Amino acid sequence: MFMYKRWMAPSLMVAALMMAAFGQAQAAESPGLGVPLSDSEVAAVDLVVMPDGRGLPAGSGDAHQGLDVYQRECRICHGDGGQGGPNDRLAGGIGSLATAQPVKTIGSYWPYATTVFDYVRRAMPYHLPGSLSTDEVYAVTAYLLAENGIIERDRVLDAETLPAVQMPNSGGFSWAWPED
Amino acid sequence: MSKPDQSDLIPVAGNGLLHRRLFLRTGLGAGAAMLVAGRVGAEPQRPPWMRTPGTGMGESGAPSPFEDHVVRAPVGSQPGTTGAGVSRTPLQHLDGIITPSRLHFERHHSGIPEIDPDRHRLVIHGLVDRPLSFDAETLDRYPQVSRIQFLECSGNSGALTAPEPVDGNCASIHGLISASEWGGVPLGVLLEEAGLKPEGKWVVAAGADAAAMSRSVPLEKILDDAIVALYQNGERLRPSNGYPMRLFLPGWEGNASVKWLRTLKVTDAPAMAKDETSKYSDLDADGQARLFTFPMGVKSVITSPSPGLALAGPGVYQISGVAWSGRGRIRSVEVSADGGVSWAEAALDEHVLSRCLTRFRAAWQWDGGPATLLSRAVDETGAVQPTRASAMAGRAPESFYHYNGMQAWAVNPEGASRNVYV
Ligand code: HEC
Repeated sequence: MFMYKRWMAPSLMVAALMMAAFGQAQAAESPGLGVPLSDSEVAAVDLVVMPDGRGLPAGSGDAHQGLDVYQRECRICHGDGGQGGPNDRLAGGIGSLATAQPVKTIGSYWPYATTVFDYVRRAMPYHLPGSLSTDEVYAVTAYLLAENGIIERDRVLDAETLPAVQMPNSGGFSWAWPED
Repeated sequence: MSKPDQSDLIPVAGNGLLHRRLFLRTGLGAGAAMLVAGRVGAEPQRPPWMRTPGTGMGESGAPSPFEDHVVRAPVGSQPGTTGAGVSRTPLQHLDGIITPSRLHFERHHSGIPEIDPDRHRLVIHGLVDRPLSFDAETLDRYPQVSRIQFLECSGNSGALTAPEPVDGNCASIHGLISASEWGGVPLGVLLEEAGLKPEGKWVVAAGADAAAMSRSVPLEKILDDAIVALYQNGERLRPSNGYPMRLFLPGWEGNASVKWLRTLKVTDAPAMAKDETSKYSDLDADGQARLFTFPMGVKSVITSPSPGLALAGPGVYQISGVAWSGRGRIRSVEVSADGGVSWAEAALDEHVLSRCLTRFRAAWQWDGGPATLLSRAVDETGAVQPTRASAMAGRAPESFYHYNGMQAWAVNPEGASRNVYV
């Protein structure tokens, strides 16, 4: 029995170390192999736009310019004026959420205008994401917000003005996290 | 390879003349035919595959060609696209708790990227002292864990929110759940190495797919049990599951477990990405909505019998299904054959794991009359799977995410099941 325990001791220690490393992440020893990055290397992969506008790049556009972009790059999938078909409807439905036929669009549902820029820059147009210039993304964002009646067509959107846009349903959400 | 001719399986001479149609009608297979043949005293018989050596070894395996109906169906994508949609795990054809990797459900937003691991980096940045990058080979040198856990799309079972019961089966209604052994590096280790700043509260994860799909995850979850998964069921992740690396958040809605993980930005707030506001949020009938419904609720479904798996006639059957909860282990599962009037406790298979599928079974003597089968799971927190009525209460029309009400299958006298509401 004694011998058994003496033999066990080192492996118990190993087990304890393993638990420290594998169980509670914070307690773990890191081999420290991550490669440090410069600011420009980070900027090259960072697409996050925050609701308060942090992360928005320099550039600008309005709904007039955005109409051109939309007709050329988006209309075929999202319909005239963002009315939908064959893919998601992007405009209209404001005030419909509490009815028997809720219509969820940027105008009726989305809580933040910055999300439009963030998403279009990441993912649209579907077949050629990343192909729009920063100005074109601002412009088509302005176009979609104007089509929803949220901003004037002459309103120029940029890193300052976009986060200031008040969305109709901004008060329509609560958070399920953290749970009580 | 062609299917064997049934006549090959049946003795053609001697006293053991067998009524071949009997076997075809009752669906008994070759094994039963051979047994009976032996019993009637004929010469020992060999089916064709015992008369010649089989095929040789191979570098990669595949299921039997007789199982070629076991596929991820139905597959669906947004109009005009092939990669903005889902494919579903055929739960009705599977047993146990592990989903074979080839049958793991898919939900992609812009297709499956073909990633060269040598050119893929995970970048950790934002509110950290040192932004760092890691490749898959480097991550392999870090301490790793593996756990058998489910992944469920938050839209799974949402078909049951339709006003009238849809004509669906286990896969079409519930096939957006799968379970695998996931192996990888606890994320806390990597964040620690980058040096978390005290203002950090959320982590915005984004993928290397064409949509650069992004989600915000509370830092608390990231440090608790999140991993950068590299392995699925012992092999490297499949491309459809995030090769060469994905975020894996045990028990949480699948969309947040970002595949093809490319960036993790530590922030002080959520980014309010499209897929955490426009989509995957829960609209109530009063027009108010909830964001960040993360853990998947306790749920169960009977996979056999179920639509497409007809009972052959009155007699004893095994009812079998899966139960799971995003909040921990399954404590118990009950089944009903009378539409929920009376319940019997099901047996659970040996592996009852946290945030994993749990297999349950119950024996059933079917008298051939109509029956309505239901299952109801309870998890270790005491949460009970709700009835459909209570799961629907307060939902807006077409609000289909995070639905965990009970599934009812009505069995008709022909032995066929269909989706019904009770
Ligand atoms: C080839 C068709 C196609 C084109 C062209 C296209 N989109 Fe899309 N769009 C889609 C699809 C498909 C989705 C859904 C993606 C998903 O499942 O995540 C989508 C989603 C969106 C959404 C989110 C909708 C919602 O309610 O969540 C926005 C906003 C959007 N597109 C804007 C644009 C803009 C702006 C353009 C032009 C620059 C554009 N799209 C071009 C197909 C297209």
